[in-house]
This record gives sequence, structure tokens and C-alpha cells, in this order.
Amino acid sequence: MTAVTPAPVPVIDRDPPARGRRRPRAVRGSRPGWFVYAALGAVLLASVFPFYWSLLIGSGDASTVRDPNMSWIPGGNFLANAAAVMGDPAVNFWPALMNSVISSGIIAASVVFFSTLAGWAFAKLTFRGGPWLLLFVVGTMAVPMQLGVVPLYILFSELGWTGQLGAIIVPALTSAFGVFWMTQYLRQAVPDELIEAARVDGATSFRTFLTVGVPAARPAAAMLGLFTFVSAWNNFFWPFIVLDRQNPTLPVALSLLQSNYFVDYSKVLAGVLLSTIPLLVLFVFAGKQLVSGIMQGAVKG
Amino acid sequence: MTSTLERPTRSAPAPAGARQPRRIGFGQRRSAWDLKFSPYLYISPFFILFAITGLFPIAYTAVISFMDWDLVRNSGHFIGFDQYAWVLSQPKFWVALRNTFSIFLLSSVPQLILAIFIAAMLDQNIRAKTFWRMSVLIPYVMAPVAVALIFSNMFGDQYGVVNTTLQNLGLPAVPWHSDALASHVAIATMVNFRWTGYNTLILLAAMQAIPREFYEAATVDGAGKVRQFFSITLPSLKPTLIFVIITSTIGGLQIFDEPRMYDQYGTGGADNQWLTVTLWLYNIGWGEWNFGRAAALAWILFLIILVIGAINMLVTRSLVRDEGGRDQRSRRERRAQARAAQQRLEADAARLSTPTKEARR
Repeated sequence: MTAVTPAPVPVIDRDPPARGRRRPRAVRGSRPGWFVYAALGAVLLASVFPFYWSLLIGSGDASTVRDPNMSWIPGGNFLANAAAVMGDPAVNFWPALMNSVISSGIIAASVVFFSTLAGWAFAKLTFRGGPWLLLFVVGTMAVPMQLGVVPLYILFSELGWTGQLGAIIVPALTSAFGVFWMTQYLRQAVPDELIEAARVDGATSFRTFLTVGVPAARPAAAMLGLFTFVSAWNNFFWPFIVLDRQNPTLPVALSLLQSNYFVDYSKVLAGVLLSTIPLLVLFVFAGKQLVSGIMQGAVKG
Repeated sequence: MTSTLERPTRSAPAPAGARQPRRIGFGQRRSAWDLKFSPYLYISPFFILFAITGLFPIAYTAVISFMDWDLVRNSGHFIGFDQYAWVLSQPKFWVALRNTFSIFLLSSVPQLILAIFIAAMLDQNIRAKTFWRMSVLIPYVMAPVAVALIFSNMFGDQYGVVNTTLQNLGLPAVPWHSDALASHVAIATMVNFRWTGYNTLILLAAMQAIPREFYEAATVDGAGKVRQFFSITLPSLKPTLIFVIITSTIGGLQIFDEPRMYDQYGTGGADNQWLTVTLWLYNIGWGEWNFGRAAALAWILFLIILVIGAINMLVTRSLVRDEGGRDQRSRRERRAQARAAQQRLEADAARLSTPTKEARR
């Protein structure tokens, strides 16, 4: 009963072993020509260029932007600019970073937990109205955030939550996308026999969920957590409305950088780089999971 | 989960051989309840939270949109459709609508074409697959605000790197911030930068699901690479493309972050060149503090998205005929069964009616 290992989920693109059986790709199963690599190289350059540009400007000074003969080598001013951004009382950089970490972390953990629970119910348990309720969940994905934003603001200002982190965490504690994602995954990841076996052994339904569902859901839950974290970290519209400059998240703090009378782009772009570094680090460690997450979601979706 | 505390869970399953005798009674009843009600318990968090932060605000938006809302007293008085009339009578609304659609088209059409192209490249038998796949996804982890700040600098009218490059090539500089279409192109570029890689991977996954035998057969038949792409790859991508189009429609019509950060004022330009519907909604609601008008505009935006979604659905339905094998078969089977039943009925009727025909006449 314990230590149930679910059948491994077929990964869409199992990279063929380096030698031997390669996926027959028509007759010319050989390596593609230089053109493909040139095109992909251009895409890579386009992906990285804005980062490099912000490094160039962010490591210069206020006049760098206007210099027609700007060098393509980063200057030595980045640390000074970064320190200026961090020390700017109008921006609140460190509280913003903390707020972003806390809110995105809580949102990701909560979405993963509730989505796994609901996905388990939708995928593996039979109950009256289940399919209809699932359809309803999917339908809510099409409702734009803007539609409820005015009353939501009124609600939170009545509660005295405006400017508080809770105002951006609470509405995001569950997500329709997450429920749908976990449902799709669990449907094919857990054989029904396992659940029957657990029932025969006298496990309550919640215990079945813990011992059968949770271990099976782990890979999909990790991906969902990643995606939720990234989108919570980058979210702007609602935090921008409900938070103020005293207690911002990083995107809101960034928007304040630009709102001065005199925009010093070397500081702005240094701040942009600073705020992006945490997610770039995340990407280095988890980019592979993000890629396969998108690709798996696409095929099932 | 407090729910588990209410139900005393049975301790570890008894060792084999020492099976507890089957009790009929409380335990049985409890497990029946457990089976019946736990699913509802598991899905309830989503529905409860959605009711509070989704359903209630949507319904209440409708209420507020018929009111003149007073911020100080936090209440409003009913004025009927005046807010809607006001919104629709504003030239600003139509400009914002035009801008929104213009930016949406500029950011979705080239993006899709580019995504299909890059996905086709990644679908080749390339070296270092994972590396290239990750490289297209780098922009996705950047916050739209950050992307907008970088690009609004690069598209600077005077000193932006884009105009500098154009002038070095002997071309005229483009007024990225004063010309409407140019500003739409700049904002669409930000959207494209962030989302092309994401959609590329979705399309790549769909491409990998295409059976390779198709390509082999096509090669045997003498079809070239380009021909294979247009005759096999593109038709197979149709359902995925529709999915991508629908999601980017819902997202694209709500665009806010990029136009908001395109200049330091966030009003959408001196002549509203890049004012979008959501940006205007923000400026009405939290610039002018007129919640009634903002709520009416929110509903108008929602209706527009619904109409576009419905059009999407209709187009989709007529396009996707060749997909969904099982559905198709079941429908064909159903039709066949229906036909058989019809014939049987007719036959029965004929058989029954022959002797009585005369009588009935």
C-alpha cells in the first residue's frame, strides 16, 4: 500500500540515445544544414540582446544614453547604479524584493496544493455534476481580470487591506488553470486499480489522496509551482492598483523608477536588471522543467 | 485540511491475516459519506475563493456600472445606462479600441508566423536540443514591466538604439512615440519578444506529435521539405494553432503593462496614440476615481472579448473537421445506428401496416 510508484508518464520527446537508434526523420535523418543553426542563433541573439542592452546602459551614467558613439562594452558603473537604485527611498527596493519573494512563494505553494486536491477529485473520483463543474472551472479562465477589478478594490479598501500584501495574495490562492492542469495530468498518471486497492485496504479517501495521488502528482506539481511563481512574480496590473509606493512588489517598484521628472535610464535599466536576476537564476536551474512543462501542457490541452 | 480531523482515520491497516471482521454500521456509513462528499470538499476551495474574488466582483461590477459611485460614502445611486452611454460617446473609447486591436494584430500575426518558423527549426534533428529550446524561453521569465522599460528605451525617439541603427544604415529615424502606428509596432514588439518563445514550444510539442511515417511517405512520394511543411505540418497544427489564437486573443485584448510603461506618464501618449482599453480603464478608475464609468468600461471590454471568443469558436468549428478521431467515429457510428434504427422502424412499420393499410385508408 505504501510507496506506490505510479507508472512513469511518457515524456513526449525522449531524446534518443546519443548513438544508435535515432528517430528516423524521413530519409535524410542526418543533421540539418547551417541554415537552421544560423536561424536559431539569430533567435538566441534576439532573446539575449535586450538584457545586454540594459547592461550596457545600466553600467554607464546618465549621459550614456545620449552618446552617439556609445561603446558596445559595458562600462564600470553598474554597481554604483545598482547601489543608487537600492538606496533610493522612493523605490523601496529591498522591501519590494521581500514582498515579491513572499507573495509569489505563498501563491505558488497554495495554488499547487489546492489544484492537486481539486484535480484529484475531478480526475479520479466520481461525483454528481463533476464534469459540469470542471467545465465551469475551465470557463472561468476566459474571464478577464479587469472585469472584477473595481469591486475587488472596493472590497479590499472596506477591509482596510489596500497597500497590504494580503490584497494580492488572497485573490490568487487558487487558479482555474492549475485545477485544469492537475486534472489532465492525474487522469493519465494514476491507474484506477491503485485507488481501488487503497480502498480495499480501508484507506479513507483523503488518505488515498495522500498516499496515491500526491506522489503521482509530484512532477506536474513542480511544474505548476514554477509557472505560478513566475506569473505571480511578473504580475503588474492588480498589484499596481492595490499596492502603493510604501509597500510595493518589484514590478510596481520598477514602475516608480520611471515616474520621476528626469528619467535617468542608467538607473532605470540597472534596476530592471536587478529585478530580473532572481528569475534568471531560477531559469538557469529550472528552465528545463519550464520547457517540458509548456510542451506537455500543449499536447494535453 | 481540517476536514480530516473530523473523521477519525483508521490507524495503519491491520496486518494481513488479522483482518478485522466486516462491520456493518457506523464505519460502513462513514465510508459511504466519505465517498460521497469528499470530492466536493476537495474542489470547494477553488469554488469558494472564486465566488468571493471572481463571481461576486463580476456581478457587482454590473451593479456599479449602473450607478454613479460615490467614493467617500462608498455607495452609489442608480442612473441606468448613463455610464455606458458616456463611455460609448467618448471619442477616446473608439481610439482606445482601435489601438487595442491594432496592437493585438501586430503582436499576434507576426508572432504566430515566427513561432511556427522557429518551431520548425527546433523540430529538426539538431544538436543540443534542450539548449536551443531553453534559449527561446529566456524572455518569458522577464516581467512585462521590465521588458517595457528596456524596449521603451531602445525605441527612444532621439537616442534609442533602434533609430541610431536606422540612421547608420542611411534610413530616416522613426518617431516611435509620436506616431500612432509606430508606437503600436514598438509595443507589439515587446509582446512578441516575451511570448514568441512560449508559443514556439507549444507548437513544437504539437509538431513532435505528428507521426513521422507521414514524412517518410511524403519523401517516398517525392515531396520536398517545403511541400511537406505545407501539406503535413501545417494542417496537423490546426487545433494547436486555434488554441494559441484563442489564448492570445483573451490576453491581447487586455494589454496594459506595456502601454502603461511605454512612457513615464502612463496616459497613453499626448494624443492617445497608444491608449488601450485597459489602460483607459485604469486611468478612469484610479486616475479620475470614477468607478461607475470604469465598471461600465470593464463590462464593455468583457462583451467584446466574448464576441471575439464566439467568432473564434464558430470559425474553429468549421475548420476542425479532420480532427478528433474518436468523436468523429462515434458520431458516424451514431448516425449509422440511427439510420439502421430508422430502416428497422420503417421495415416494421411496413410489415405492420401492410395488412392494415387498406383498413386505415
